[in-house]
Amino acid sequence: MGVDLSLIWAVIIIFGLMMYVVMDGFDLGIGILFPFVQEEGKRDVMMNTAAPIWDGNETWLVLGGAGLFAAFPLAYSVVLPALYLPIIFMLMGLIFRGVAFELRFKATQLKRHIWDKSFIGGSLCATFFQGVALGAFISGMPVEDRRFAGGALDWLTPFSLFCGVALIVAYALLGCTWLIMKTDGELQERMRKLGKPLVLLVLLMIGIVSIWTPLTHPDIADRWFTTPNLFLFMPVPVLVLLCTFFLLRSIRSEAHYTPFLLTLGLIFLGYSGLGISLWPNIIPPSVTIWEAAAPPESQGFALVGALLIIPIILVYTAWSYYVFRGKVTADDGYH
Amino acid sequence: MFGLEALDLARIQFAFTISFHIIFPAITIGLASYLAVLEGLWLKTKQEVYRDLYHYWLKIFAVNFGMGVVSGIVMAYQFGTNWSGFSEFAGSVTGPLLAYEVLTAFFLEAGFLGVMLFGWNRVGPGLHFFSTVMVAVGTLISTFWILSSNSWMHTPQGYEIVNDVVIPVDWFAIVFNPSFPYRLLHMATAAYLATAFFVGAAAAWHLLRGRNTPPVRKMLSMAMWMALIVAPIQAVIGDFHGLNTLEHQPAKIAAMEGHWENTPGEATPLILFGWPDMEREETRFKVEIPYLGSLILQHSLTEPVPALKEFAPEDRPNSTIVFWTFRTMVAMGLLMILCGLWSLVLRLKGKLFTSRPFLTMAMWMGPSGIIAILAGWFTTEIGRQPWVIYNVMRTADAVTPHSATQLSVTLAMFVVIYFAVFGVGFAYVMRLVRKGPVVHEGKEKGAGGPGEKRTPMRPLSAADEDMHENKGDELGERN
Repeated sequence: MGVDLSLIWAVIIIFGLMMYVVMDGFDLGIGILFPFVQEEGKRDVMMNTAAPIWDGNETWLVLGGAGLFAAFPLAYSVVLPALYLPIIFMLMGLIFRGVAFELRFKATQLKRHIWDKSFIGGSLCATFFQGVALGAFISGMPVEDRRFAGGALDWLTPFSLFCGVALIVAYALLGCTWLIMKTDGELQERMRKLGKPLVLLVLLMIGIVSIWTPLTHPDIADRWFTTPNLFLFMPVPVLVLLCTFFLLRSIRSEAHYTPFLLTLGLIFLGYSGLGISLWPNIIPPSVTIWEAAAPPESQGFALVGALLIIPIILVYTAWSYYVFRGKVTADDGYH
Repeated sequence: MFGLEALDLARIQFAFTISFHIIFPAITIGLASYLAVLEGLWLKTKQEVYRDLYHYWLKIFAVNFGMGVVSGIVMAYQFGTNWSGFSEFAGSVTGPLLAYEVLTAFFLEAGFLGVMLFGWNRVGPGLHFFSTVMVAVGTLISTFWILSSNSWMHTPQGYEIVNDVVIPVDWFAIVFNPSFPYRLLHMATAAYLATAFFVGAAAAWHLLRGRNTPPVRKMLSMAMWMALIVAPIQAVIGDFHGLNTLEHQPAKIAAMEGHWENTPGEATPLILFGWPDMEREETRFKVEIPYLGSLILQHSLTEPVPALKEFAPEDRPNSTIVFWTFRTMVAMGLLMILCGLWSLVLRLKGKLFTSRPFLTMAMWMGPSGIIAILAGWFTTEIGRQPWVIYNVMRTADAVTPHSATQLSVTLAMFVVIYFAVFGVGFAYVMRLVRKGPVVHEGKEKGAGGPGEKRTPMRPLSAADEDMHENKGDELGERN
């Protein structure tokens, strides 16, 4: 067969995870920024900017898990055990936060602060362990006899913990610029003030990760610093710097939409840097998508459903965001 | 933890998360079809009681659906985190079936759920009814895929093993494996019955508190018709399912019956009660009825039923557990049939809505369907042991080799968080149930849909009730 099913599935899963990072990223970011905004009314507005869509955002995470299981069962059965604890912690954070999101609106004034704390704690926990899982994934995992051959705490390294912190900062920036776009008045002003240090912090994080990664991962260093790759990858750091520059300028010039779009650009660049470092491995450092692939009978069977239904989900998602465009103010109460 | 091995802990963890999860989809399946029936009757008869009931149960459906989504996120990852041996070996079959289940669920969420939850006054009645029916059909399609996947683990076929990995050969044979039709029918019917008894219990609760209104009476009446007609049908389906199990998984039947040994030429009795002892290889303290075991399972007075000692000790499922979970399920089924018959007698006498003893029973029968579903799943899944894929892969080879400490910590966290989070969710559902049907609800236009605060991307937003009890909104003051 001339069609490379593994390649198609890899694209679908990478796309799904990208959708997840972008969409759940900003609403996790809102939870991370909650401690910086104490007034209840403003917190209501913050939540209302994400309220109509957050649950839909998490569907991409489930789709990613199911897609990985269907198309690359070997990766599913090696990566998940290797990252067992961070993934379980992340899922628990997401559950807590999801329910807090809903029940906060329905709680009495007296109990609302409990749900606020759950929301903050859940968002931080989910984001941190997502970052830890990502860092441990980049670092790679030993595979023997088609099984994960490492230890229970292999994921616990300074590098992965740092990635956890870095992701918190990145999602906070996504949330911050999302709120600049979706709110006005005093809340927007406060987000602008937070914006500048957050951008610089994100740049610092990207810088540290970019130096740390090749230092501790010789195979990735090889990829980066040999010709012709070196020249092909050169645009990424340059674009990151350009992006940051325009991002800072757009926040200063009180633009509404541009900061969020540029943050998306920054996230996308980080994501592509990750792709460059790992492709075509699905279990770093050495198992490729083709080696981890399910038989074509399985990939083809599942692809029929995915190609039918994913476009419908995309159209509906786009429509929901489109209808929901514009600013959210304190008048748009939940009830 | 308590001397349990890592394998036991992994199984307990999976059993805990999936037992919590299954409650929500089961009620979702039942309520979706119930709502379709209610809306159909409303369009046909234009009796307001159906419309009021539709809006009452729609909110409960929405909250329940939302909790199903949240608890389902964990399930999408547990196959890999806890059963990596299985995922690696059989992911080529289970993965695609699971993916179809997920895709169906999201397709629903993206499309018809929105119209169903928020479109009552925004689209024509025909289109709205169509959406409700599609959601109901969709929940059944989801059931179809997940039960196909599960049934394949009980009766695998349509595959071959190449290089120690399962390769699908014939998808039709995989999907329609021998135990699938029975299991699908048994589970879908169980979901309907569980919902009927939940609805019936809600009605009985209101009637016992003097809220004798037309919607409440209609609820009880419909639920009890279901009990009367469907509970006996379920017993027949269960019997066929049992015969199918006898054919394909005889050891499970022997364990369910606590039956250890056959004397040649002698019929098997039915053990009503007893304590199957795995160590002593006998069922202690047993109370048995001669011939009945052969009669039920073989439909004969001479043919014996397979006995546990015909299987090597390492191939035997734990009879102590499945003996009792099976009897729990059957007891619930018998109580349901009894409840249905009693309701018929009272209905003929015109006392269905006033007999306090009956209403008390109907109220306490509220969780019976859920208990039966959990007990039934424990029976079939523990009865499949020691295999994860029957006669193909052992559970011990399927488990991820996590340490017992690691699993104990995460299990404890799951228990605490699930009880806290879903406990609050359950309390909220009960709050909605207690509020009761509101007359003329749905006449005025309610906002909702994309761009509104209430949207299908957040099913819980369809329920706009606060969690605290408002004094002015006490029961009985609404109607």
